[in-house]
Amino acid sequence: MRFDLQVIASWIEPGSRVLDLGCGYGELLIWLRDHKQIKGVGIEQDKDKAALCIAKGLSVLQGDLNEEVDDYPDKRFDYVILSQTLQQVWEPARLLYSLSRIGRRVIVSFPNFSHYSIRLQLLLKGMAPKSSELPYNWYDTPNIRVITLKDFRQFAQDVGYRIVDEIAIKTDHHATHGSIVNHFSNIRTTYGIFMIEKEAGP
Amino acid sequence: MTQTTEAYLEVGSAGIVEKQFFTFAEPPDELALESGAALGPVTVAYETWGTLSPAKDNAVLVLHAFSGDSHAAGFYPDDAEDANPGWWDSMIGPGKGLDTAKYYVICANILGSCMGTTGPSSINPKTGEPYGLDFPMMTVGDMIEVQKALLDHLGIHSLHTVIGGSVGGMQVLEWCVRYPDMVRSAIPVATTMRHSALAIAFNEVARQAIMVDPSWNKGNYYNAQNPNLGLAVARMIGHVTYLSDDAMRRKFGRRLQDKDNLSYGFDVDFMVESYLRYQGSQFVKRFDANSLLYITKAADYFDLVDREPPAPTIADLYGADIKFLVVSYTSDWLYPTYQAKELIQALKRADLDVSFCEIEADFGHDAFLIPDRRLGDLVGGFLDGTPRN
Repeated sequence: MRFDLQVIASWIEPGSRVLDLGCGYGELLIWLRDHKQIKGVGIEQDKDKAALCIAKGLSVLQGDLNEEVDDYPDKRFDYVILSQTLQQVWEPARLLYSLSRIGRRVIVSFPNFSHYSIRLQLLLKGMAPKSSELPYNWYDTPNIRVITLKDFRQFAQDVGYRIVDEIAIKTDHHATHGSIVNHFSNIRTTYGIFMIEKEAGP
Repeated sequence: MTQTTEAYLEVGSAGIVEKQFFTFAEPPDELALESGAALGPVTVAYETWGTLSPAKDNAVLVLHAFSGDSHAAGFYPDDAEDANPGWWDSMIGPGKGLDTAKYYVICANILGSCMGTTGPSSINPKTGEPYGLDFPMMTVGDMIEVQKALLDHLGIHSLHTVIGGSVGGMQVLEWCVRYPDMVRSAIPVATTMRHSALAIAFNEVARQAIMVDPSWNKGNYYNAQNPNLGLAVARMIGHVTYLSDDAMRRKFGRRLQDKDNLSYGFDVDFMVESYLRYQGSQFVKRFDANSLLYITKAADYFDLVDREPPAPTIADLYGADIKFLVVSYTSDWLYPTYQAKELIQALKRADLDVSFCEIEADFGHDAFLIPDRRLGDLVGGFLDGTPRN
């Protein structure tokens, strides 16, 4: 399993209800079902991937995650997971609001745009940076949001989310190995993983 | 787990099957219909495949579409060499989506039909003549009560799944709201939780085609000429709704039938005209015009959202322990994907476990009947993932 998913999986309490947005081939849900006895649901845009998930016995809805999250009752899930997708979302604030409505806790992972190699590319070459995590050109990238660890912390504070946990990791795109970064994480980290929850109202 | 390789192509692998009959609701213990009318006796025609487990926990109920019958798979013992297998043969059999090595599969002809179950062409015990329009108006709910009586008779009190397409899918949903404790999973395919104006409109045109045929004679034609012209036109309309723009363009385009030039007359010029006329002429050999009237009306009345109490609605399913798999097809314009999405929305709001997949296919509404391994893979895997209690 992808290294960031391993980290996310380690946060999930056994027996909980989990929604995995953009669940792909369902590797995280299957792992959590088999190792932590969770009740999982996935949402996946791609028809073939969704069909394969269902054929593996997973509960998966094929559709657009922005639309599909709207219909669940409040706090339907213990965890809602949005891995490596936030940077592609048109209205991230609205989506995170929906996720924190239907889930007790929301786990978000995204590529860190302030990694030193990205900083250096912009500084030295003067061109939009590319990396193995963000391999696209400015004109064909699905990644319409540029996010850094610091940005996300600021965002959470501004909008009223409490950061329950965060881990900065250094791993290659799709790699199953990686390491946790403890110092100077905003520069040295390729991915950030945050667990947030809505702060209790007044 | 998915189907074994190409199992869905093994025609007739479900084996030889015989149509069986069960009769109940003998007067004075007649079946009370939703309309308040009483009907009895009621005979139901059904077929089964596979073996019921000793714990009776592997039963699967297949629900057929409006003009279907109990013959969902395999062949009859007296079938001719060139006979077609049952209508969902690609889905039912060893290693197929509904694996008869695991499941005891049951399919019964619906109430109001003419394929062995009591309907308007059956004999009214009060008159000794066919019911005709004396047959009471019935609903999809009434169809379910007949199936429930059959399952009671067979000693089956839980269903691993209920599955069906089109009007069969409506029955799937009606089963869930009526007997949520009996159903462990449900697979509504190419269907809706309420008939749309478009669907009602096509049904109404089909009914009018029959009722304006002089032979229809207010439904009283069983000792005379059948309203075959009207029934054939009704079927032609139906077939248009089962196809799609894409399917018709690919299958027929503007190609001509057995000619090189236009005839400048009202005989068949285009292939699509020939196809529809053929479908109409074949349909009248096997289907009763009054059955079409009653069943299409039951489908039009079907609405799981707004209905008169005490009939249960989809919201009454809140918290039920039923796993759903909803399937729609991209080119289905009779029950388009947006209607599947409305169903999913309602199921999610009722806090139910629901999976959904839209299958890419250009056959229109009929796609669910066409052998295609994707539906079997989805269904087989979904059922494997459904606990047997």
